[in-house]
Amino acid sequence: MRREQLDALKDLFHNERFRHSLSWIALFLILFGLIAGTVHTTNKVDYIWRWEQIPRYILFKEIIEVTVEEDAIVTELEKDGADTGIVAINSSDEEQYYLVPTKMLSVGVGDGIERGQVLAEGKVWRLGLLLTGLILTLEISALSIILGVIIGLITGLARLSSSPAPKWLAIGYIELIRGTPLLVQIYIFYFFIGQVFRLSNFMAGVLALSFFSGAYIAEIIRAGIQSIHRGQMEAARSLGMNYPQAMLYIILPQAFKRILPPLAGQFISLIKDSSLVGVIALVELTRAGREIGTSTFNYFEVFFTVAALYLILTFSLSMIVQYLERRFAASD
Amino acid sequence: MIDVSGIYKTFYSRHKVDALIDVSLHVEKGEVVVICGPSGSGKSTLLRCLNHLEAIDRGEIVIDTIQLTDSRTNINKVRAEIGMVFQSFNLFPHMTVLENVSIAQEKVRKRSRQKSHEIATRLLEKVGIPEKANSYPSQLSGGQQQRVAIARALAMQPKIMLFDEPTSALDPEMIGEVLEVMKTLAREGMTMCCVSHEMGFAREVADRIVFMDEGRIVEIGTTDQIFNEPREERTKAFLAQIL
Repeated sequence: MRREQLDALKDLFHNERFRHSLSWIALFLILFGLIAGTVHTTNKVDYIWRWEQIPRYILFKEIIEVTVEEDAIVTELEKDGADTGIVAINSSDEEQYYLVPTKMLSVGVGDGIERGQVLAEGKVWRLGLLLTGLILTLEISALSIILGVIIGLITGLARLSSSPAPKWLAIGYIELIRGTPLLVQIYIFYFFIGQVFRLSNFMAGVLALSFFSGAYIAEIIRAGIQSIHRGQMEAARSLGMNYPQAMLYIILPQAFKRILPPLAGQFISLIKDSSLVGVIALVELTRAGREIGTSTFNYFEVFFTVAALYLILTFSLSMIVQYLERRFAASD
Repeated sequence: MIDVSGIYKTFYSRHKVDALIDVSLHVEKGEVVVICGPSGSGKSTLLRCLNHLEAIDRGEIVIDTIQLTDSRTNINKVRAEIGMVFQSFNLFPHMTVLENVSIAQEKVRKRSRQKSHEIATRLLEKVGIPEKANSYPSQLSGGQQQRVAIARALAMQPKIMLFDEPTSALDPEMIGEVLEVMKTLAREGMTMCCVSHEMGFAREVADRIVFMDEGRIVEIGTTDQIFNEPREERTKAFLAQIL
């Protein structure tokens, strides 16, 4: 190769845009390699992909056909979610029960129904196990985040108190929670605290997650408050505000802005940690995936879908927090 | 108005520091007192004790007939009557200038938002920056921030104003605008205690000068006397250095 050609090649490599293009190409090659590798590996283990099985675990169409078994008179209608239960009594005073989608309901209390009469016929959309699991995960996470922030705020403030009782109670609680596994805490909340206070497994799960994240949030809030310059508290107090006023109007708004990123990280952790409450018979997203897996053996597709659904939740949360950060940046 | 008798204050951070030793001071209503002295002499500590940002170890402070050290005294009520301006401004960065000046009126004086904003606007005019009402502190120069801080303190309509080195953190060209506001206040008859190295300001508006060193008051005298015929050697030496 001639000298000029070599120099021209050198120049090309020093060109920023050229190097960026190379980097993009490398990125696509790596992604392509990962996908190809996955496909190759699954081929090797003889796995048959059945992605077409997955949608019905999200939404499915149920075929409905409810027929009356015996002549009777409708005595009561009971709403049950999107369905209505029809209670009817036959001539020998025996109770009968039919469940129909509410929008197909065609009889009222006092109406007579006769054997062979079709009470409901057609198709209705139902939520699949993955979607109900996702909704449960969302409910558990949202409630735990709200409770966790309340617990964390109280504990964080107690931790900063100069009086020994609140301070040491807060330290004890934080160390206890951070020093034990969440799984063990969930069992304790379910089997012990849940028994004593007669909690449903839903409440036990939510409380376990709330107290778990509350301890971490407390430390985040404490650090946030301590990061605000002492002069802010002094200025507020010198204006005659009492301690709670100064905290509420001056310190906490500033601290909150600062702790938003670590707080968001904690919330995302909490959404992911909620997958552990499956052990106390809450069919949240992960547990739903496992149940579908055991009945269909489509573990690959199911758990890829489960992971994607978690990603949708956590990514949306990230977006919301980024939006909040931008909004609060107005005074910077 | 202010009666300080025999107060002591010791700090125990790493080393034991006697910040105030047997300090006594009397300030009349409408009087302007400038406290000066080398750094570490206890002047700021004295000022911070006056509104109980620091608790004294021994002695007595009476503000407008109220015993500060009495455990039955509601310190928040006393503080509402004492305005304080800090060296580092300490404006609330998450609030606009108008909100900075209004918040304590609303929350402590329980004035309506409208009334608080009216008073705040008037005070911002007084300190010369009405056009910055809706800016955030970070968008203001140091001199402007300190003037907002003065307006914020004045919004509580205090009987006493404390200034803790209000111009020390400012660029030289901004010192004048803050001193102007302080001079106006002094002429209006505000009772003022200023920790300051601005001797020009002291000469112009101070009724008396307090010179402190190593936690003690070395000398108190009228402005003329301190500047023209200081009695103590240490005062002479200090004045010679900074004038």
